[in-house]
Amino acid sequence: MTVTEAPPAPPTDPAELPVRKASTRKRLVPYWLLLPGILWLVVFFALPMVYQASTSVQTGSLEKGFEVTWHFQTYWDALSEYYPQFIRSLLYAGTATILCLLLGYPLAYLIAFKAGRWRNVVLVLVIAPFFTSFLIRTLAWKTILADGGAVVDVLNTLHVLDVTSWLGWTESNRVLATPMAVVCGLTYNFLPFMILPLYTSLERIDGRLHEAAGDLYATPATTFLKVTFPLSMPGVVSGTLLTFIPASGDYVNAELLGSTDTKMVGSVIQTQFLRVLDYPMAAALSFILMAVVLLMVTVYIRRSGTEDLV
Amino acid sequence: MPVLRWLRRHLIVIAGLLTLAYMILPNIVVMVFSFNKPNGRFNYAWQRFSLDAWTDPCGVADMCGSLSLSLQIATWATIGATALGTMIAFALVRYRFRARGAINSLIFLPMAMPEVVMAASLLTLFLNMGAQLGFWTVLIAHIMFCLSFVVTAVKARVMSMDPRLEEAARDLYAGPVQTFLRVTLPIAAPGIAAGALLAFALSFDDFIITNFNAGSTVTFPMFVWGSAQRGTPVQINVIGTAMFIIAVLVVVAGQLIANRRKNSARP
Repeated sequence: MTVTEAPPAPPTDPAELPVRKASTRKRLVPYWLLLPGILWLVVFFALPMVYQASTSVQTGSLEKGFEVTWHFQTYWDALSEYYPQFIRSLLYAGTATILCLLLGYPLAYLIAFKAGRWRNVVLVLVIAPFFTSFLIRTLAWKTILADGGAVVDVLNTLHVLDVTSWLGWTESNRVLATPMAVVCGLTYNFLPFMILPLYTSLERIDGRLHEAAGDLYATPATTFLKVTFPLSMPGVVSGTLLTFIPASGDYVNAELLGSTDTKMVGSVIQTQFLRVLDYPMAAALSFILMAVVLLMVTVYIRRSGTEDLV
Repeated sequence: MPVLRWLRRHLIVIAGLLTLAYMILPNIVVMVFSFNKPNGRFNYAWQRFSLDAWTDPCGVADMCGSLSLSLQIATWATIGATALGTMIAFALVRYRFRARGAINSLIFLPMAMPEVVMAASLLTLFLNMGAQLGFWTVLIAHIMFCLSFVVTAVKARVMSMDPRLEEAARDLYAGPVQTFLRVTLPIAAPGIAAGALLAFALSFDDFIITNFNAGSTVTFPMFVWGSAQRGTPVQINVIGTAMFIIAVLVVVAGQLIANRRKNSARP
């Protein structure tokens, strides 16, 4: 497919064409290459955003049809009615992102510096779970965290669940259908998105820098804090973004592993759109989510000083 | 305490391996439970060993149909996104043109957007256009969100290419088409293959965007989602396990081929 389409071959022998015409042709090459793909993104990504913006300020009903009435009240209604779900989404996604970083960093470090000839094996093991549909794998957590299962028993014996229940993360001796199960699922599902960028930036670090730090009497902890971690910042930033953004809009984990008390904003958008059929409300909710995420991402990228990342 | 010292020295390795275990555990559960014979409709608790699901993988109504639909969509989405994405990647790396910044952000934004936002807005478009939801709307959506990932993968490879190789080919009287087919394309191939593989995986596994834009069409992830409400057949685990094994074999085979090539390239 690409083989036949990509080369911008002139239809006739270039030697026969007048010089000026050939150069015009050449100048147009990048535009022809860009045209189909960019057109696709404009029509099916950018244009829908415009439609959604217009839908969010419409009023009407499914029977009578919707009309643009600049009814901004919908935004206010959406926020005042569904702010718990918004806060919950950001809270769960944020917690999952931090957990991904804490769990993923040692593994990325292990692959980059300690795995030696096992490096490729470990990398395959990180990517391999991807190949089983993520819904099937998320359902497997229902088995793992089941009431009276091994995990819950161990946590109970260690009195971990007493602490987490007191914090409101679990309920008495249940893990399933609690915030903890949802965060656990989110962390699990987005870990590879954290590990791969971390690994890429760690792998680029020159091992001699570690030696140099050691020669200058830095302890391993100081070496890590002053040399390794700062150099891995691009990976940390892109990893946290790749985890937080999809996690904030996810509703699969909340629906499969949670309960009605753990609903995230994605669930609400889906229900409003596909079941309640209140399109303006759904569009407003989705627009707020997009604005919040984009705002947080922009501030975060500015703060972390890696603007060249994007 | 020698034990404590040993633990401290190997802290990172132990923590890393624990994370790896966390990531692999669900796959092991999926594999083990593909041999289960559950009592009720749900396959969440272990009862007894059975090969029933493996000997009759398509024994569940509609499951294999949804699987084949997902494979078809993933194949076409991969072809479409790879073709369009490769063209964009080449244009971005090799040419100067106007509005580069705008085009770059148009490619970046779909990756920085929660899936549910793209899903909802695309559905608004289709509803406004009065489009019939089904195979085509899902395919359009999949090509849209796979495109950016292909561009990123191919761009990385094309950027690291030595332009002198193509100059050399031209000096040796290769025409533009010949240069492209014999020199440029083979060097860019690993990047294109990586992009295509990523697109296939993303499309095959997508749920949220598909669920919004599929109408009454049911893809494999949608079937799994539905079964989480109605009852999970063991066959789901069989498919999951089979996909896992096939994918690992493909990766291992690819690695072996790459190694052999590397060895034969040496003088």
